[in-house]
Amino acid sequence: MYGKKVKLRFLFLSLILIVLILTTYLVLKSLEDNVVYFISPSDIKELGEINYNKKYRVGGMVKKNSVSMSTDQVNFVITDFKNEIKVKFSGVIPNLFAEDKGVVAEGFLQDRNFLNALKILAKHDENYIPPEVKEALEEK
Amino acid sequence: MLNLIGNYSLILALITSFIILILTFKNFKSKSILNLSIFATISVQFFLICVSFITLLLAFINSDFSNLAVYNNSHTAKPLFYKISGTWGNHEGSLLLWLFVLSLFIVIFFFKSKKLLDSFRILTIFFQQLIILGFLLFIIFTSNPFQLIIPTPIEGLGLNPILQDPALAIHPPILYLGYVGSSIIFSSSLAALVCNYTNKDWANDLKKWTLISWIFLTIGILLGSIWAYYELGWGGFWFWDPVENVSLMPWFCLSALLHCTSVLEKRSNLQSWTVILALSTFILSMSGTFLVRSGILNSVHTFANDPERGIFVLIFLTVLIFIALIIYFKFNNIEKFSKSYLLSKETAIVINNWFMMYFLAVVLIGTVYPIFLEAITTEKISVGPPYFNQLIIPFLIPFLLIMSIGPKLDWIKNKKLEIKIIKIVLFFISILISYLIAKNFNTQVLYSTLLISSAIYLFFISIIDLKNKSLKISQKISHLSFSILIISIILNSLFSEEVSVNLKKGEEKKLSNYLLKFENISRSQIDNFTSLKAEIHVIQSDQKLKFFPELRLYKVPETITSEADIKTNLFSDNLVVVNYLKNTDYLNIRYQKKPFMLFIWLSAFMLAVGGFLGLRKNFK
Repeated sequence: MYGKKVKLRFLFLSLILIVLILTTYLVLKSLEDNVVYFISPSDIKELGEINYNKKYRVGGMVKKNSVSMSTDQVNFVITDFKNEIKVKFSGVIPNLFAEDKGVVAEGFLQDRNFLNALKILAKHDENYIPPEVKEALEEK
Repeated sequence: MLNLIGNYSLILALITSFIILILTFKNFKSKSILNLSIFATISVQFFLICVSFITLLLAFINSDFSNLAVYNNSHTAKPLFYKISGTWGNHEGSLLLWLFVLSLFIVIFFFKSKKLLDSFRILTIFFQQLIILGFLLFIIFTSNPFQLIIPTPIEGLGLNPILQDPALAIHPPILYLGYVGSSIIFSSSLAALVCNYTNKDWANDLKKWTLISWIFLTIGILLGSIWAYYELGWGGFWFWDPVENVSLMPWFCLSALLHCTSVLEKRSNLQSWTVILALSTFILSMSGTFLVRSGILNSVHTFANDPERGIFVLIFLTVLIFIALIIYFKFNNIEKFSKSYLLSKETAIVINNWFMMYFLAVVLIGTVYPIFLEAITTEKISVGPPYFNQLIIPFLIPFLLIMSIGPKLDWIKNKKLEIKIIKIVLFFISILISYLIAKNFNTQVLYSTLLISSAIYLFFISIIDLKNKSLKISQKISHLSFSILIISIILNSLFSEEVSVNLKKGEEKKLSNYLLKFENISRSQIDNFTSLKAEIHVIQSDQKLKFFPELRLYKVPETITSEADIKTNLFSDNLVVVNYLKNTDYLNIRYQKKPFMLFIWLSAFMLAVGGFLGLRKNFK
């Protein structure tokens, strides 16, 4: 027979293992559900399949003269200078949102040309362009 | 002139750093006596670093634009207060502040550790000095705050207006005190390992430093949160943003360490675990700085920055981790296991630690996963708040329940499990109250009920425990505050309301129960910005509230910031934030009702006060 100490060790180790497996499972499961993909207007055109029940973040520049406002919503166009997408948004506009500036909008795609944005992300620095947008801009 | 003084004292500090390393190493090898020459060099180094910090401060106050850091981050039209806070509001200055605090702590350590083993003290100073050396090299070679520009510009570029805020002015120094405090924890653990000194005396000393870092980190996080709440106008106080997470991770680690040191102090148990926690705390703090500074994190808080600096921090970090690992595996021969039973305070604390580690793991993975995924597949993702909420909130239920039982268990073995009628009654009362609160919501009634009742139960028990003389006052206050914090956060998230609308001047619009009216707007010139003050009326049935939210238009750099108008009551905050869009007549208006905000701030503050009380007791 094993001693009491060995048994205790074994119990302890298996407990750790179980907790680790459980944690990994929970984390992976939750990640799968809650990850938001970042895409550019061009990506949307090229995307094989679009999940219309999943949130996306679309980044690019706010097209010049595309912003129009009404009481309950703002409409504008995000462009990466190759492709563009129309965005509808109702809610709070961040301070640095302006035409011809970088923007990231998060929401559900209605079709390949239309995003129902739930959130427009704020930035702190007037010179700051999200790295994704920068890359998209450099690519063109 | 001043620039030169600052620069040279940094270089001299670098030389003293080498001297201290040699002195301490020699002394440790030969006689293990902490002699006066070590203290003298430490003092000289501290003096030199003070001088260079003060020079930078003066450069900012005098708007000396021949200094590159001042030119980039200051402006003559800025109020004095923000000129001063501008010193650490930028990369170079904030590193100098790190360095200043590092060397300040080494001096404090010297004075406060006189009762401890000399060889341990020498080694702690040695390891701490290694960290200082790393920072000195980093500052001098990659981010020197005393770089000159020739010719001297007449005007600076200005400080990002969003940072011109009292809470954010003191947020970095306080947070850094927390981060840097963990550096002493790190070096002292390494020293204790080498000297085989992981005993009660060491635990007692470690606890003080843990408390100091924990208090500052708590207050630092609180200040950042308050700033985000009213300056960003998002109407929330925590967004699970990577930059926020990075400050939360060492906090989990410190909280675990805080509980774990008392086991070591009272029962000489869990030595290895304490050391692991102590080492990880500092490594997490450092990685946090690395991630924030390198620009790797895709955060909304990220400011424009320089990736090359990140590489240096990464190398430095790797060296530290490497040293820590070598020492840990070479000298870790402790593991005398004193016996304890399943039902004991030790077990409760171990469970607390497991939960803390779980929370830490969740936050760590959620923060780092996007970076790895991008490196491997070039796919860009972000992990949203639902991930954190899903994985953390359900586990709060057992965590809170154990928190309400744990503190009253005895060490080694609990004699008998007392079950008092009153506690059972309270338990059912908590469930009843929670059900009454939760049933207003159609979804997840059971879940909300369980969550709220566990928090309310902890609250009741903590109230009863206030009279319990056998518990420490610091623990009573902190646990009570924690329960209030959790209750307030839950109620806040359940009962928050918000509406937003775009209106032209004179227009009004009814949204759900609220009638929003854009009455007026006025313009005035203040200090270094133009202020646009709007008058917004919010009418709910017979109640009418007038708000005066503000937009600030800064010239240098050209930026707009929104200042929310917040009406704070004891039980709820009402706030209106506005923003405007160029070339339109519309004002983007958001009205929010946020219950229990004041309770969240106060209870988080009381949490830190609890820590402070514990610190005072430990220093007596």
